[in-house]
Amino acid sequence: MGSEEETKKKNEVFDAEAASLFVKELRGTFASGKTKSYGWRVSQLKSLMKMLNEREPDIVDALRQDLDKPELESSIYEVALLKTSIKSALKELKHWMTPEKAKTSITTFPSSAEIVPEPFGVVLIISPWNYPFLLSLDPVVGAIAAGNALVLKPSEVAPASSSLLAKLVGEYMDLSSIRVVEGAVAETSALLDQKWDKICYTGNSRVARIVMAAAAKHLTPVLLELGGKSPVVFDSGINLKVACRRMIMGKWGCNNGQACISPDHIITTKDFAPKLLESLKNELENFYGKNPLESKDLSRIVNSNHFARLSKLLDDDKVSGKIVHGGERDKNKLRIAPTLLLDVPRDSLIMSEEIFGPLLPILTVDKIEDSFDIINSGTKPLAAYLFTNNKKLKQQFVETVSAGGLVINDTAVHLAVHSLPFGGVQESGMGAYHGKFSFDVFSHKKAVLSRGFIGDVPVRYPPYTKGKLRLLKVLISGSLLGIIRALLGWSKA
Amino acid sequence: MAAAMGEIEDKLAELTQTFRSGITKSVAWRKNQLRALIELLQDNEDKIFKALHQDLGKHPVETYRDEIGLIKKSAKYALSCLDKWMAPKKRRLPLLFFPASGEVVSEPFGVVLICSAWNFPINLALEPLIGAIAAGNTVMLKPSELAVECASFLAETIPLYLDCKAIKVTNGGVDVCEQLLQQKWNKIFFTGNPRVGSIVMSAAAKHLTPVTLELGGKCPAILDTLSSPLDIKVTVKRIIGGKFASCNGQVCVGVDYILVEKKFAATLIESLKTTIKKFYGENPKDSKSISRIINEYHFERLRKLLEDPLVADAIVHGGLLDKENLFIEPTILLDPPLDAEIMTEEIFGPILPIITLNNIQESIEFINSRPKPLAIYAFTKDETFKKQIVSGTSSGSLIFNDTLVQQLCDVLPFGGVGQSGIGRYHGHYSFETFSHEKAIMQRSFFLELEPRYPPWNDFKMKFLRLAYDFDYFNLLLLLLGLKR
Repeated sequence: MGSEEETKKKNEVFDAEAASLFVKELRGTFASGKTKSYGWRVSQLKSLMKMLNEREPDIVDALRQDLDKPELESSIYEVALLKTSIKSALKELKHWMTPEKAKTSITTFPSSAEIVPEPFGVVLIISPWNYPFLLSLDPVVGAIAAGNALVLKPSEVAPASSSLLAKLVGEYMDLSSIRVVEGAVAETSALLDQKWDKICYTGNSRVARIVMAAAAKHLTPVLLELGGKSPVVFDSGINLKVACRRMIMGKWGCNNGQACISPDHIITTKDFAPKLLESLKNELENFYGKNPLESKDLSRIVNSNHFARLSKLLDDDKVSGKIVHGGERDKNKLRIAPTLLLDVPRDSLIMSEEIFGPLLPILTVDKIEDSFDIINSGTKPLAAYLFTNNKKLKQQFVETVSAGGLVINDTAVHLAVHSLPFGGVQESGMGAYHGKFSFDVFSHKKAVLSRGFIGDVPVRYPPYTKGKLRLLKVLISGSLLGIIRALLGWSKA
Repeated sequence: MAAAMGEIEDKLAELTQTFRSGITKSVAWRKNQLRALIELLQDNEDKIFKALHQDLGKHPVETYRDEIGLIKKSAKYALSCLDKWMAPKKRRLPLLFFPASGEVVSEPFGVVLICSAWNFPINLALEPLIGAIAAGNTVMLKPSELAVECASFLAETIPLYLDCKAIKVTNGGVDVCEQLLQQKWNKIFFTGNPRVGSIVMSAAAKHLTPVTLELGGKCPAILDTLSSPLDIKVTVKRIIGGKFASCNGQVCVGVDYILVEKKFAATLIESLKTTIKKFYGENPKDSKSISRIINEYHFERLRKLLEDPLVADAIVHGGLLDKENLFIEPTILLDPPLDAEIMTEEIFGPILPIITLNNIQESIEFINSRPKPLAIYAFTKDETFKKQIVSGTSSGSLIFNDTLVQQLCDVLPFGGVGQSGIGRYHGHYSFETFSHEKAIMQRSFFLELEPRYPPWNDFKMKFLRLAYDFDYFNLLLLLLGLKR
């Protein structure tokens, strides 16, 4: 393609009309039944796998451009996790696609019933900038496994990744059923104006409201994977070194705190805080050296907007003097060092919104149990973490803290466990995916009941009489004895 | 009795406080409420018969069959299954995380809003209520104001049996609905038409409140040509059962229209006429076994559908309208124009269009060119055709050789797709629809994997690649220094 053509293509505006055409084409493909076949789904999943196997260096490179993401994070937390997802889908797909038999009762005898999964149709997947490959393609795996056609709209805030995704999908996937639309607000709005059969959005709760409102116009079901202030409660009497290391990995080891399930802040007792702080400082230095701003093992802040946002949190009057570690910033390189703050006021800026960055406030309480009240007084987060050896505290945590998911004695790892549903509640989202949950969330489960022509019960039909009422009562109750008695005229009802 | 905004906010505050107290989480509380609900139905059967008769002219048999009986059954089923439903579900974790455990715990959303419809005013209020209670929520119930007596009954009787700090009823019209929708709920369950469903979901979007929408659609009945007269007889009875014999066609999963081959149409119509006569006598207007239209607005709506001259011409049976008694007799149409309103809008009344096709196979494309319905009914003995319908169409549910019976199945999910709804309920699906499935993973401090931590190097990269691939064999080799 010559550069003139390329420029022309770039200047073509993706408006509502263009979006509508896209959807029409994809609907045509879906109606042909192509995406429903097991063969198609397997071929697409295999193509995705091939793409990841062959193009990992390009992906690592794009992530370096967009986020300065360390190679290991890109290879493991984006590519490897995706491959696991695809492998598991390929292995289980036949089983997932098999209708589930349902046991019917005597009330509808004779009958047989099953629940048949079917694709919704044409789905829209909108993904964020922090894990641009994982959070684009993992939902895509689910959508394909369930037999849908789809449009993927990657985030413009990670432009190299967005561009690479568009290119790779074009090269490896079936373009009659799978498309990528790049762009920003205008393009997303054009897409949201269309009627989709399912929308999956990963991002923040403000935009999620816009997505759900747009979906409401067409009665489109949604999967919303949002975020929140995921708290970490530190009890005493634990293996502090291990706990701190695991916490650091969940925070700075995940895109430098720019992850939906990153520990947002710590809550611990006043007594334990000093020890905790010491340990955190030690391990941070072990991992990232004395000059973390220079460390190659930390992502940078994604762009100047977010850098300014995070700077503002640190410059807030209410938190001045609360920084106990780090705080260094490099505006040119968009880097902020791992920063710890102690006892920030609960009404400070840093405690009123999701941080999504390398800043970690530590709140202190008198009794560790008080931490649960603090957590429950806020909006429900996507994840909540607890480090403890106290069985009773664990139980209380599980019973009283409501969040998308809970992890005890580690952070963030539940992302990699496909037997657990991954999703939020209220402000942190609706719906869940990963593993079979991905297949389920992109499927409509159709109830199919099959009866014969025999076994017709006259009591169902008019003209209605008292006698019929008696018989009906026992029939609906499903009591075999009652039915026999009633039929023999022995019922007292 | 319309409620003021302040009253709604007060009620919501109390429901929130009750939920926070934790009382609804206990299995004892939930079981007590379910038992109380069963008692409510048993003690007030006659009152319910009377209310439904006043609101819709329903015969007690219909009321028992479609409302009381079903709710009793559901409540008993929930009682017997509750312990199982509430038990945490253990999940296997990859060996990589050993030692670790995983489970999924169902927890209530919190304070839920249930808006029910007027056609099955007891059933559609109490069936979701069973699910909400079983799942441990507090509830605000908003019955439809169109079924006046039933709405009153629910408002008066529920506080006498159920925990009034946790379950409240608010009655009123559109303005009350609007006020309720402005509040923040933890879940909204709505049964009604798609237009209002869309409004409900838009309101829910402001608070990121999850919704279950049980809507409607034009549910078709596909009639393959049947050879056995007995089969035809049963089919026709079941079709009438799924149309006129259930709230006189005012059912979301009622048969809206029939698709049949031209050559079979005459036989079908004859059989329908005979059976209608058998069920309702010579003058259905005098039959006590057939319901009335809910109100003047819907009566007029239905009358207008028949006013279209081309539609009026298609009437082959019935057509009697009695405004004073809000009665419309079972009416059959043969091939009304497909672009007439009667074929583009959900009928929700006792008018049954029969659409003829050259070949019954065409029914699949006919249905697919229209919005996805809540149910598809197909009467056929042809196993190949059955398979084609299963894989070739999409609907909330699909029933072969009967109508409406899916209501009786506690094990089948009941819900729509596309325009016919979002989400599902009945049986344990009711419990699920009112629960948040919380994932819990527990690890121990024992057994640390050093390569998990930076600073990064090639060895750690190799290690983690194998680890996330769950390639334990090669992982072991690597650790033993045997892998190159």
